[in-house]
Amino acid sequence: MQYAILCYHDEKVVCAWSKEEDEAVMAKLAVVHERLARDGKLGPVARLLPTTAATTLRKDREPPLVLDGPFAETKEQLLGFYIVEAASLEEVLEISRELAAANPGGAYEIRPVGYFIDGSKTG
Amino acid sequence: MSNGAWISTVLTSARPKAVAALVRYFRDLDVAEEAFQEACLRALGAWPRNGPPRDPAAWLIMVARNSGIDHARRARRHVPLPDDDVAVSDVSDQEAPAVERIDAADYRDDILRLMFICCHPDLPATQQIALALRIVSGLSVSQIARAFLVSEAAMEQRITRAKARVAKAAQTFETPSAVERSERLAAVAAMIYLVFNEGYSAPHTDSAERGSLADEAIRLARLLLQIFPAEPEVMGLTALLLLQHARAPARFDANGEAVPLADQDRRLWRRPLITEGLALVDKAMRHRRPGPYQIQAAIAALHAQAVTAESTDWQQIELLYGALERMSPSPVVTLNRAVAVSKARGPEAGLAMIEPLGEALQSYFYFHGARGSFLSEIGRVAEARQAFDRAIALARSPAEAAHIRRELDRLAKGSSHDAATSTGKKTG
Repeated sequence: MQYAILCYHDEKVVCAWSKEEDEAVMAKLAVVHERLARDGKLGPVARLLPTTAATTLRKDREPPLVLDGPFAETKEQLLGFYIVEAASLEEVLEISRELAAANPGGAYEIRPVGYFIDGSKTG
Repeated sequence: MSNGAWISTVLTSARPKAVAALVRYFRDLDVAEEAFQEACLRALGAWPRNGPPRDPAAWLIMVARNSGIDHARRARRHVPLPDDDVAVSDVSDQEAPAVERIDAADYRDDILRLMFICCHPDLPATQQIALALRIVSGLSVSQIARAFLVSEAAMEQRITRAKARVAKAAQTFETPSAVERSERLAAVAAMIYLVFNEGYSAPHTDSAERGSLADEAIRLARLLLQIFPAEPEVMGLTALLLLQHARAPARFDANGEAVPLADQDRRLWRRPLITEGLALVDKAMRHRRPGPYQIQAAIAALHAQAVTAESTDWQQIELLYGALERMSPSPVVTLNRAVAVSKARGPEAGLAMIEPLGEALQSYFYFHGARGSFLSEIGRVAEARQAFDRAIALARSPAEAAHIRRELDRLAKGSSHDAATSTGKKTG
């Protein structure tokens, strides 16, 4: 069975970390990552950029609506996610519109990935 | 992280929101600050015992309001009231959402107001920065004094004076109209950029506090972007700060000498900040509402994307400076465009562009530095030496002077060198 572990924290607190504090946390996590990868248990790991870098595509209307900022509603639940390679926000919006056409309703929150490890390769 | 450190991080991040709400409530900076301090003290007592509240800012606002009101009552009646410490420090998480709901509607204007108070047009730049660091960021007077290399007493006086001036500007406490809101936004963006530059322009040898002003400015810019998520200029400002700050580890060598952009070890640049800055530039561009911060961020983005100095897209940078020049004309912008022009089309073109600026920029260090570089590249050695001598006379720091002295050494050795970028301000 594969599991997704979704990470929540107060972004104001995390963004207030100094460079040294941030690096210390990442170093401690790297130790855990390495062990999990050695055991062949680690899949992709992504650290997302702050929500200020987010763009949301509301796909509950036609055409879908692009909004700046994170997905702020609480009546929908997180049901899945994609990791895609795109050269620009415009391109990732195009991809999202294509997905939205296949599956309208709800929203996509688009967040640039700041840090990524492909667990299968390290394992 | 230890308990104390954790609480202090939470208090720091909750501060702008809490103090902003309290300023609206009490309409007085000092009362709001005192009430917030009181709430922090109670948090230090209550949180390790009861665990952190679900919404720290709401908890602090609630406790601070109660304590502020009590103080006002006591002061009015001159009679001691029974200690109600127990009652207020046990604000439950059921009450906090109520405060949260009341404040959510005003949140955006509260934060903007708090920042805007620091931008009073009567306040000189240094006082604006000091006030912002004190009341928005919550740095102590002694921390700010160290950042500005003045005594604590002098800084205390400066801040007190600044507060007295803004206290008279009572209209800031009213809810702003749409036009006022956008004017405030522009003033606040400029103030945040001032805070950043105060840290960014500091020589390497200065105190660590001063360097951290850049971090603080980025925190303020992110905060502004959170409350105005669809403003492309706020995205541009945040991106600009991130992209410039990303170069910090490469900007000084081991001896504390400034390293020009062209000579920086680009592997030292902070990639996460660059990624975030590029994402924000991309986001802003979608709006097709360009502004000065977005254009400067786009220029910084081109530098950030160049793997080597040689592969910099100077043509695009020249176009962007041209757009910036049309939007906010200034001789300094033209000077920067000339540096890009010299890279894209040769030093003669750059020189021709800056010659008319001689009068406006006669006492500007970077003008004479850039002029000297162009002349030296063309091989007009004697004139180049004169320009560099003039630049040294105008240098504001030993690092600036040292940089020009290296140019003079190169000139003496007869090896012409492309120093144009290194002397162009802010391109670097």
